[in-house]
Amino acid sequence: MTVAQGIFFLIAALFVGGSLGVVLVRNAVYAALFLILALLAVAGVYILLASEFLALVQVLIYAGAVTVLLLFALMLTRVGDIPESMVGTQWPIAAVASTVLGGLLVATVSTSDWPGDAEGMITRIPFEQVGDALFRQWAVPFEIASLVLFIALVGAIILARDEDDDEDERTSPESAEVGEVTE
Amino acid sequence: MDTVTQQIPLEHFLVVSAIVFSIGIYGVLTRRNAVLILMSVELMLNAASINMVAFAAYTSPQVMTGIIFAVFIITVAAAEVGLALAIILRIFRNRGTSNVDEVNQLKW
Repeated sequence: MTVAQGIFFLIAALFVGGSLGVVLVRNAVYAALFLILALLAVAGVYILLASEFLALVQVLIYAGAVTVLLLFALMLTRVGDIPESMVGTQWPIAAVASTVLGGLLVATVSTSDWPGDAEGMITRIPFEQVGDALFRQWAVPFEIASLVLFIALVGAIILARDEDDDEDERTSPESAEVGEVTE
Repeated sequence: MDTVTQQIPLEHFLVVSAIVFSIGIYGVLTRRNAVLILMSVELMLNAASINMVAFAAYTSPQVMTGIIFAVFIITVAAAEVGLALAIILRIFRNRGTSNVDEVNQLKW
């Protein structure tokens, strides 16, 4: 077993272990921390696949921003206050379904003939070429992605805005006037 | 572009991503809280993008479609988490819970 294989199995064990922690742990904050572990393991997988750019993006956006957002959601909805609500009653069915699906996928993957070098020869892709492809060949999808992000941002602000504050602002001048009249 | 020999066949990456995808499905089916369901969905998205990057690295590194796809998956996942957080907060404010099985006003 070469060094790269050892690193791969270590990262794969971290990834699977972190994912199991996300779905099995009863404490919601621990689940979010296991998610950070799993996402950092994914960054390691990207490095093994010679795409350093994706590994950087993964650490910055997923392990940084997305998990912090999820922790904010946990804090604001007070999930930890009700630990008995973590796991539903249908877990045996879910276990059977996911085991069957996983078994089918693994069996299909291991019995199929895949293209590519059996010795694991892969090509390292430099940053410049990723940027070149992203801003030339894929420029239109890139702009659409930024539009998606913008719309999601505005929609999230509108959805999460407190409507009571608006009503207070709207009614406050009137109430001030009423107050002046009664004085 | 130089090649790297690391003696890891493509199947290894596909098997890991299949296992984590099934774990994510288990989480989506068993968790009752919407935020934890969202975490399991993130696991499934990551498993899918590992597939894309592995195929890109092993079969067609020149066109880079898989890497661009992974970038877009990350973008859409960020947008999705932001929107889902807003929706969950709104539901929690209106109903006092973020458990998906208690938000059952569409059936009686």
